Amino acid sequence: MTTTEEIQTDLGRPAGLGPLGWLRWAWRLLTSMRTALILLFLFALASVPGSIYPQRSISPDRVAKYFKDSPGLAAWLDRLWLFDVFTSPWFAATYLLLFISLAGCVIPRAAAHLRELRRKPPAAPRNLSRLPQHASFASSEATVESLAALLRKKRFRTVTGPGWVAAEKGYLRETGNLLFHVALLALLLAVGAGGLYGYRGNVLLVEGNGFANTVAAYDRYIPGQRVSSDSLEPFSFTLSDFQATYVASGDRRGQPLDFSARLRVTDRPGARERPYDLRVNEPLEVNGTQTYLLGHGYAPTFKILDGKGQVAFEGPVPCLTADQTTYMSECVIKVPDAQPDQLGFLVRFLPTTVPAQDGSYVSIFPGAANPTAQVFAFSGDLGMNSGEPQSVYQLDTKKLKPLVMGFKTKPLAVGETLPLPGGAGSIQLTGVREWISLQIAYDPGRVPALVAAALAVLGLVLSLTVRRRRVWVRVTDGDGEARTVDVGGLTRTEGGAGFAEEFSQIVTALQGPEAGRPASPQGVKDAH
Amino acid sequence: MPTDVNSGLATLSDQLILATVLLYVFAMIAYALDLGFGRARKVTAAGEPVAVGAATAAVTAKAGAVQTLDRPGGAPGTGEDAGSERAGDGTLPGEGARDAGPAAAAPPAWAARAGTVAVALSWLGWAANLGAIITRGAAVGRWPWGNMYEFVVAICFAAMTAFLVMQARQPVRFLGAFVSVAAALGLGFAVRYLHVQAGPVVPALNSYWIAIHVTAAICASGLFIVAGVSGVLFLSRGDGPSRLPGRAELEQVAHRAIVIAFPIWTFAVIAGALWADKAWGRYWGWDPKEVWSFIAWIAYAAYLHARATAGWRGRAAMIVQLVAFGCLLFNLVGVNIFLSGLHSYAQVP
Ligand code: HEM
Repeated sequence: MTTTEEIQTDLGRPAGLGPLGWLRWAWRLLTSMRTALILLFLFALASVPGSIYPQRSISPDRVAKYFKDSPGLAAWLDRLWLFDVFTSPWFAATYLLLFISLAGCVIPRAAAHLRELRRKPPAAPRNLSRLPQHASFASSEATVESLAALLRKKRFRTVTGPGWVAAEKGYLRETGNLLFHVALLALLLAVGAGGLYGYRGNVLLVEGNGFANTVAAYDRYIPGQRVSSDSLEPFSFTLSDFQATYVASGDRRGQPLDFSARLRVTDRPGARERPYDLRVNEPLEVNGTQTYLLGHGYAPTFKILDGKGQVAFEGPVPCLTADQTTYMSECVIKVPDAQPDQLGFLVRFLPTTVPAQDGSYVSIFPGAANPTAQVFAFSGDLGMNSGEPQSVYQLDTKKLKPLVMGFKTKPLAVGETLPLPGGAGSIQLTGVREWISLQIAYDPGRVPALVAAALAVLGLVLSLTVRRRRVWVRVTDGDGEARTVDVGGLTRTEGGAGFAEEFSQIVTALQGPEAGRPASPQGVKDAH
Repeated sequence: MPTDVNSGLATLSDQLILATVLLYVFAMIAYALDLGFGRARKVTAAGEPVAVGAATAAVTAKAGAVQTLDRPGGAPGTGEDAGSERAGDGTLPGEGARDAGPAAAAPPAWAARAGTVAVALSWLGWAANLGAIITRGAAVGRWPWGNMYEFVVAICFAAMTAFLVMQARQPVRFLGAFVSVAAALGLGFAVRYLHVQAGPVVPALNSYWIAIHVTAAICASGLFIVAGVSGVLFLSRGDGPSRLPGRAELEQVAHRAIVIAFPIWTFAVIAGALWADKAWGRYWGWDPKEVWSFIAWIAYAAYLHARATAGWRGRAAMIVQLVAFGCLLFNLVGVNIFLSGLHSYAQVP
């Protein structure tokens, strides 16, 4: 909290006071401007490690890699919460202290400012020529009332006394300053409330499939502490089609240009379906819940027959993108129902396939211009009954017998079938679909946070641009007609340079039509 | 979304950038000559510029008002630049007194013109810089700040604009040599290390927010650079007489630039949050860029606070300002190079 008008609190230590005295002293220390400044610095400093070490909430995979690469160091960093900086106790401590310090500083000041707003400008000092700005001129008709009226026209607040006018202007500076700090408090509150009452989650959706907003439908769901699972907005949608466009030639070949996911959205059960074109930067909003397009990939569809000739699997298999520039993807198919032996497949999906010189096959473009799948087949025990959790993206090949291997076999084109050796069955690439990954988020704090931020900027601009200034006028009767008008000015704010001009304009205005007579704004000294 | 690149315009843009660098370097030389051999600044022992206002304003109250008005914001008495044009016309008695010092030996005739030439050269460079930005934008049919190269070029342009506008309104020509160096170095760095062929942007950047968020960041950065340059001069100049202006004046230039830049920066950060809300599904997520813009923001806020607090004025406040400037530069360049984040423009070739 600041301004020049800062009331510097005396931080002298209480000499031999009881516990109450110490408490009061601690409170004053905490809510002083110096402490607030130091806390603000600490807050900034505390966020630095968060930008240097990978954070669990942002990139868990990089944290895992850190643990793998240097386990000893990682364990220590983890003990200091350096992978969870923004939820760590010490970060929360700075945040809370700053919050208390701000509140303790702002609230009494707001009260003082309210009183100040009702107070009249102080009476004119005796000797106006001692003020940083001073001028005097002779006038025959100027009166205290007429001068005060002129000042009021310039939006000064005035008081008059015998032979003097006191005027003040620029109260908005302190108002702006308070607005800024109160808005900061509100911003912190809004962010906190958003975290408590909001939730976010991720889903992967294949073309043709649908999603309904329930906790069970999420692949990953992160609720705030105060969210109940039945408060989720009951909307649903189906992904009818996903389109990605890429630069087709030149040295940026393969760079994505546009992504667009066509959805059919039902806002609440029973409502009419509406189409929505979901894009990057254009989330779908249903009653404050936002759905974002995060990523995409391929989901080739397969039909797998087992050794008995029965259809053991049919449908799309979402693949992980192994290479972002060519969208070469890797997929795993587990067919536990295959008879007599379980079947497992590792698939490399190549969206635009060309043969490489060494006889292998590679993808050269992210779009699906010539999609093929290279299949590695296994039979045996998939190990799915062991009770250990398994990733759908990994095949545990310990108890499996390889059936088909080799990078150099010609990959399957759409419609082609690969018979498995030994009558174990067959696998057919039946088509290519795409999947999209979505983030769905509900954050009730986002609009209040925006309003608070906007108010903070408004307050900031006011407190930086408005200048608090006072002008006093004394009218002295001289001999005969002529009176002497003394004008003095004072700005209480840093950077008072511009006030000199304003002051001379005010003097000119006070002189009225008589201007042009010799007058001397003496010592137009700069106040600072 | 247009994918064709007009390669003629793109090449023109690259050539204009080279012309800009040359012009800035020439301007820098001319400014340096002006600073070194032109009319010396007269500075009192205390380092405060001599006040001319007292005497000049004595003409009439009205004239006084007008006279100070045409240098808005310029504290009376800080005027030196204006003096070099007006000296000798006898209407400003204050000027006569200023020539009394030993440093006031008449400068050679060519040196008197160096300042004017410098300003002309930097306006030319500015125009070439602007031309380079416009042709680049026209070549690719989008806002021309879609990658590090374009972003740095735009910041140098903003810094030069901030300086030129300021010097048209206030006597701050002395800054010219230093701002030109900074801009020329920035452009040189961009051309040498960051240059990429003109081309379309990735979908994340294809949004009207680029016009709001990035433009604000660029404007604020340009002003912060002017403030940073004044800060460096402030610290490198002693308290004694010097060809550089007094410390109070340098401080004022820095303060004025920051007072304008700070709300713009705040706005840029908020606009970034609004964009992040649209693009990444959260308005604040402690991405490295977010962390460092926040840190730079706090550091500049601390400067404004420090200046308002007694005991921190002058040197200490200036050091806080330069720390803030360091954070800003790290955010603009360092974060993109050393820390990985979501800002997808940040790929450095
Ligand atoms: C204030 C320091 C910042 C600077 C200098 C900065 C600069 C930029 C630049 C140059 C771009 C890329 C536009 C382009 O290349 O055409 C960008 C994009 C973006 N910025 Fe910032 N930014 C800053 C802070 C932030 C903050 C604090 C946020 C969010 C809270 C944010 C959110 C975004 C978003 C969402 C995008 C577009 C998406 C993307 O690049 O992938 N920025 N910013």
